[in-house]
Amino acid sequence: MTPGVATVYRWELFKLRFQKRTYLGLGAAVIVPILFVIAIRIQHHHGHGDFAFSDYLNRSGLAVPLVILLFGAIWMFPLITALVAGDIFASEDHNGTLKTIFTRSLERWQLFCGKALAAATYAVVAILLCGTVAVIAGSLQSGFNSLQSLSGTVVSAPRALELVYVALLVYLIPIAAIVCIGLLLSTITRNSAAAVVGTLMVSLLIQLIGILPGLSGLQPYLLSTQFNAWQGLLRTPIDWTPILRALWVCALYALPSLTAAFLVFLRRDVAGG
Amino acid sequence: MTGSAGAPQGAHPIEVRGLVKRYGDLTAVAGVDLTVRSGDVYGYLGPNGAGKTTSLRMMLGLIRPTAGTVRLFGRDPMQSVRALEGVAGFVEAPTFYPYLTARRNLELLAAFDGGDAGDRIDAALETVELSDRQRDRVGGYSHGMRQRLGIAAALLRAPRLLLLDEPATGLDPAGMRDMRLLIRRLAAQGITVLLSSHLLGEVQEVCNRVAIVRAGRIVYEGEIAALAAGGGSRYRLQTTDDARALEVCRAQPGIADVTLEHGRITFVAEEASVAELSQALVEAGALIRALTPQAVTLEDLFFSFTEGDGEAAARAAGDGVAALAQAAHGGGAAR
Repeated sequence: MTPGVATVYRWELFKLRFQKRTYLGLGAAVIVPILFVIAIRIQHHHGHGDFAFSDYLNRSGLAVPLVILLFGAIWMFPLITALVAGDIFASEDHNGTLKTIFTRSLERWQLFCGKALAAATYAVVAILLCGTVAVIAGSLQSGFNSLQSLSGTVVSAPRALELVYVALLVYLIPIAAIVCIGLLLSTITRNSAAAVVGTLMVSLLIQLIGILPGLSGLQPYLLSTQFNAWQGLLRTPIDWTPILRALWVCALYALPSLTAAFLVFLRRDVAGG
Repeated sequence: MTGSAGAPQGAHPIEVRGLVKRYGDLTAVAGVDLTVRSGDVYGYLGPNGAGKTTSLRMMLGLIRPTAGTVRLFGRDPMQSVRALEGVAGFVEAPTFYPYLTARRNLELLAAFDGGDAGDRIDAALETVELSDRQRDRVGGYSHGMRQRLGIAAALLRAPRLLLLDEPATGLDPAGMRDMRLLIRRLAAQGITVLLSSHLLGEVQEVCNRVAIVRAGRIVYEGEIAALAAGGGSRYRLQTTDDARALEVCRAQPGIADVTLEHGRITFVAEEASVAELSQALVEAGALIRALTPQAVTLEDLFFSFTEGDGEAAARAAGDGVAALAQAAHGGGAAR
């Protein structure tokens, strides 16, 4: 059998199964919605109904994944994504294994593509897992009820569930850009911690730019803004404008990062390890 | 992937020409030329920091040469990993994923090799005697076990050429002996081997050709046997009349580099000339008390090449090193 990108992809996913960071990220994706729902339950039982989105969350469990998407954009999802994207090349430096895999029968571009796809797959799994756990935990707490849209109309529970999953997919657009930034920092820094923290810092800095006075004009073009694009789905009729904008704005962040990471990986000297 | 499709016919396993690697002001490799022929067990010998590992990295396509070319069976490893077909090895210590078992690591590498590499895992583990530890995580392996696993990983590719960087470094004496036996066994199977080392004994025991590298340059290249033969070229002479003997030696054709130190005459000569000299000495009335070829070891030669003549002379028991270096011109090429 001739090895190719699929070979690398398969083995990268296999390797992820043996790494603690994988379970750290996926664990957070599972635990956060559960803790969130427990918090709602405690608040509800104590009669404190005045926390953010409390009405919304108590009326329908399907609101839980959406509120988590809202708050998770600040650092949780960028961090979960960066845990693997920032590590996937840097860990090869750490283990000194680049020279091992560079001297087999795969071209560097094949190794890069397989690894990048694996990092992206992990991010997709983390987001979908988090959303699914949030739907289940939320429905157990507040019921599988209809949801009020941002336009004030009522959306039936099955339709709302559908929208939640489409929202998760739309959320993956800025997440993909975070993956690419993580991959770039992973190839450049050759250090897992630096790449993971660096990716998170980039994400936070972009958010900071958004709240600086006088820079509000930049808001539509910031990566952080694209994390809210899914909200267009909760309007009646659906507002596709922010989603379409997220596509091209995120591409502006993702493609240069990915291209730079690719070129660095292709041309780098493996002098250590 | 062990086929040779696309490789020029008759190309040497390794041909390196004018290889240079600079890091800013530092020149790690300063113009290396070497040719490893099919069937060679080639020693790439030099002290630490001489540029051996950097050279090997360039040969394996891991780093870009600043100048010069590398051809493996006629193909450039910088152009495509296809140049590594039939080639395997490691630089510095072989590395693996510590959280995977030895077997999983080999399975991964076999998958990256493609072809029937996966079918060779059991045999490779057996060759390096790691079959019973194959289910252990590599993270718990000793240095010696990793070195052996490195060889196993190389064997998956059914190589025609093995490049091994200091394979015995860090091993205990038994481990070193086993590694040498293993390399000899592989060479006996027809695999061409390039072995870098700073251990002279290792190279002397397993290699047939050697390049001695110093500060990024090759200072000697040739047959080990020629080098060893050069060791008999210098003789020490004691006679009943050394002053007379010195005159005879200087006048005798085929006798060179005659010196008198501490009451002993030394000279450089071929065996045939020594026979004629002994007759001339008898005729001149200087009777021979002792005429002994100087046992200059390969180690002396190594130091003479890698540390400079002055220090080498101090180290060499019979000060025959300089002459040896000249003699080496005959069998190889001292540069």
